[in-house]
Amino acid sequence: MTAAGWLQIALFCAAVLAVTEPLGLYLFRVFEQEPPLPRLDRFVQRLCGVKAEEQTWGAYAVSLLLFSALGLAITYLLQRVQHLLPGNPQHLGPVEPALAFNTAASFVTNTDWQSYTPETTVSYLTQMAGLAWHNFTSAATGLGVALAIARGLTRTNRQKTLGNFWVDVLRATVYVLLPLCAVYALFLCSQGVLQNFSGYLSFTTVEGGKQVIALGPVASQEAIKMLGTNGGGFFNANSAHPFENPTPLTNFVQMVSIFAIPAALTFTYGRMARDARQGWALFAAMAVLFLAGLTVVYWAEAHQNPALRGLALGPSGNLEGKESRFGVAASALFATVTTAASCGAVNAMHDSFTPLGGLVPLVNIQLGEVIFGGVGAGLYGMLIFVVLTVFIAGLMVGRTPEYLGKKVEAREMKLAMLYVLVFPLLILGLAGWAAVVPAGTSSLANAGPHGLSEIVYAFSSGAGNNGSAFAGLNANTRFWNLLLAVDMLAGRFLMILPVLAIAGSMAEKKVAPAGPGTFPTSGGLFVGLLVAVILILGALTFFPALSLGPVVEHFAASAGRLF
Amino acid sequence: MKKNFFISLRATVFTLLLCGLAYPLLVTGAALALFPSRARGSLVLDERGAVAGSELIAQAFAAKGYLQPRPSAVNYDAAGSGGSNLGPTSQALHDRAKAAVEQLQRDNPSAPGPVPAELATTSASGLDPHLSPEAALWQAPRIAQARKVDLARVRAIIEAHVEERALWVLGEPRVNVLLVNLALDLHFGKGPT
Repeated sequence: MTAAGWLQIALFCAAVLAVTEPLGLYLFRVFEQEPPLPRLDRFVQRLCGVKAEEQTWGAYAVSLLLFSALGLAITYLLQRVQHLLPGNPQHLGPVEPALAFNTAASFVTNTDWQSYTPETTVSYLTQMAGLAWHNFTSAATGLGVALAIARGLTRTNRQKTLGNFWVDVLRATVYVLLPLCAVYALFLCSQGVLQNFSGYLSFTTVEGGKQVIALGPVASQEAIKMLGTNGGGFFNANSAHPFENPTPLTNFVQMVSIFAIPAALTFTYGRMARDARQGWALFAAMAVLFLAGLTVVYWAEAHQNPALRGLALGPSGNLEGKESRFGVAASALFATVTTAASCGAVNAMHDSFTPLGGLVPLVNIQLGEVIFGGVGAGLYGMLIFVVLTVFIAGLMVGRTPEYLGKKVEAREMKLAMLYVLVFPLLILGLAGWAAVVPAGTSSLANAGPHGLSEIVYAFSSGAGNNGSAFAGLNANTRFWNLLLAVDMLAGRFLMILPVLAIAGSMAEKKVAPAGPGTFPTSGGLFVGLLVAVILILGALTFFPALSLGPVVEHFAASAGRLF
Repeated sequence: MKKNFFISLRATVFTLLLCGLAYPLLVTGAALALFPSRARGSLVLDERGAVAGSELIAQAFAAKGYLQPRPSAVNYDAAGSGGSNLGPTSQALHDRAKAAVEQLQRDNPSAPGPVPAELATTSASGLDPHLSPEAALWQAPRIAQARKVDLARVRAIIEAHVEERALWVLGEPRVNVLLVNLALDLHFGKGPT
């Protein structure tokens, strides 16, 4: 660990803190007040036939599911017929059905898991109109769900409605994601990220060999990939590829842009609750978990890779699977950010991290992607944990639990438990299956406990809609493609539905004024409880699986065992 | 439900045209106008004007008179990037690195100190165009010997190519392997193989 490394981390935290308030205020203005250029807003809504009337949670959910289903179908079809369409200078054939389904499910759920190798599988048109398009819409959808539950919790007029899905999604796209991405893409380009439609370039190297370089419209996709916490790389190596992430400066901006909207949303939430401290309390809980994880990863990765012990090498951190321009600190930071925030872009290969360095990204995902989390998904996930915490705190003092003056009752708790249970059921159930059948284990790249980590990581990443991988696993088989598609779809929509249902039932509740017995949800005590609930729930659920994977591997590595 | 379906269809078409086509096309136009060289791949031309490589993409250098990049898990295939994905208790990783260390020691008998770890480890992309200044200078004696020139001159060329951390703290100091090798050829003539 170096001083420059820690300063880099400090600079990152300062930058995230600096964007939280202004961006959060802007989001509040766009979604809860009148957005700038109101005529543009009305024009876009008229174009799509939207009547800006409020929807109940059921109507909101139906709109969301329709929009997602249509998107899934289009992206699937686009991949199947890409060989007949323009924008395919490499003449790539149609994507095979199971893979196309996996990819469509992956992008519609904001996961961006990549079973495919982009350079040799998808055309430029598929990348832009199939994948990058979803990077916008899936992020906008997540933002919509977060706004819906925030409205349900903070509104005081006892109405049944939660806003309008179409208005939210269109505003998120036109007012937030697109303008930011246009500027961001040009910045990336100025640093060396590609943006062209040329076919792959073949030439003779300095020593007389042949090299073929994949090209394409990368910068436009890279911008939304980070800002929308999507994470699906234009190239196989993702943000480790020098054409996606050429300099330490682009790397820094990419990391900040992953956290930008999720962090800002906590501020927006405080504004909606008419009490900024409610938002900052969520921010604080997220920051505590983030910094704890980051410290472990940085410390672990600052050690030499155990597999290289005993070789005549100079002192260094773990450099296998890391880029020279980033080094250990920027790679550890990126890995923590991308898994805390359900982004899933990587600038280093998590599969080659030390056992404990790889444990933290896995745990970040398994805690439910609430450490800033995905765009929207982080906030709504965290709010479910808030409801749980309030309930547990209520049990401890024997009072009916309340949040923002609204009573949390049996119906909300049942729905919250549904939300909490879907996640481990998917991860542990599917991972258990894949670990015992040959179709699952034949895809492993590493033997011993690390192999189990690859399996558990894959299903965690899918259900958590993260999309990063212990990428040695060959997921492009029928078994893995279909299982992971189910994992991602269920991890997204089976969790969104209870969130919207809770939003709907909280919206209708009467607000009681805060009394002397009210448990404050904006102080340090509450933040501590919230962090504890997240950690205890995560640990109780996943500790056995983790101890058979990364934990055993850590001790095996310490004892000098290789597999 | 039917009404909702038609809104859904219109919103889908609208966002698809806007985000999936108009946006990348406009960005491409602006990028090619503002940063033409960057947008096209930061290509480096040789003295005859032919493409010799991309500044951002590692290419294989095996000759002793050239700076050698980090090993690549994808054999420098710039149309199929990737890392080794070998885990921290992988016997295969140990064996591969051991062979690399032994080869490096044979090729660099007069190098100062132990082998820099990055020369025995593959990068995440397999296309890492950089080396740390230490790993580059470690190879200088071999380059000077192969080219029969003064070690100090080789070191000077490498040192002139060091890029520092951005904003003093971001990333790591580094040298670009391709640019150093082109500079070596420029100063000392096309390298002996």
